[in-house]
Amino acid sequence: MNEGIVVAEMTADVPMQYGLLLAAVLFSLGVIGVLARRNIIFILMSIEIMLNAAGLAFIAAGARWAAADGQIMFILILALAAAEVSVGLALILQFYHRTVTVDADAASEMRG
Amino acid sequence: MTAAFYIAAVVAVLATIMVIIETNAVHALLNLIVSLLAVAIVFYVLGAPFAAALEVIVYAGAIMVLFVFVIMMLNLGEAAVAQERRWLAPRMWMAPAGLSAVLLGELIYMLWQGPAAVPVGTTVTPREVGALFFGPYLLVVELASMLLLAGLVGAYHLGRRERAVAKPEMETAREAQQETQR
Repeated sequence: MNEGIVVAEMTADVPMQYGLLLAAVLFSLGVIGVLARRNIIFILMSIEIMLNAAGLAFIAAGARWAAADGQIMFILILALAAAEVSVGLALILQFYHRTVTVDADAASEMRG
Repeated sequence: MTAAFYIAAVVAVLATIMVIIETNAVHALLNLIVSLLAVAIVFYVLGAPFAAALEVIVYAGAIMVLFVFVIMMLNLGEAAVAQERRWLAPRMWMAPAGLSAVLLGELIYMLWQGPAAVPVGTTVTPREVGALFFGPYLLVVELASMLLLAGLVGAYHLGRRERAVAKPEMETAREAQQETQR
């Protein structure tokens, strides 16, 4: 095991471009899911896909320079996703109790 | 070993495609879990084993389980129960099972290699991540804990049902829905 700071190796057999390409593809799939679905649960799932793709981009970039900063940003994104999912699901439960549907288009009126 | 990256990448993309075109919420969640596991393998191959473990434990293990429980709690209508019998066809679970079998084969292959299955490039160990957390990124840890506290309080407050206000609205809405169904 390496002690202390790792001397950054610029060579990795998986180029950073491919990792970022995978992150971009997953992110765009998440965007398609958010835009195309009407069910509010699926919209939240697609948001999770996008967050995961962003984390993957950070890990791929961190692996390029063998730095731990990528993993630290990923852990922060993970904590953010956990908090966002809990609040989002509580919102979905409230939304379902007020309008007995999970149709996102039903949330079309603002009440005082 | 780079083949593991490409295989896991294809599995992740396919599983994510199936998430966004799936009609049943629980099926979509299972496909999403497969996608998260594939991304965890990608993390491992990129030299981030700590992130891979966290992805499996926290993302696929806690956040997705929370999703599944909430969807079970919503209990979307009695018609869904009758539909489940029609949906329990082999073609529904064959695709996620096939993709998971590919991931399992990859995992077994890498485990069989033993110490030779070291991911490509340089591995960033958890020790380095921890050293950074205690050093330059100390405030990030505090901010993350405050964020989680805010999420906890928000989820508790939003999850509470105010019976005096919500119940009449809910009952009239449910009656209206039953009227339209008849």
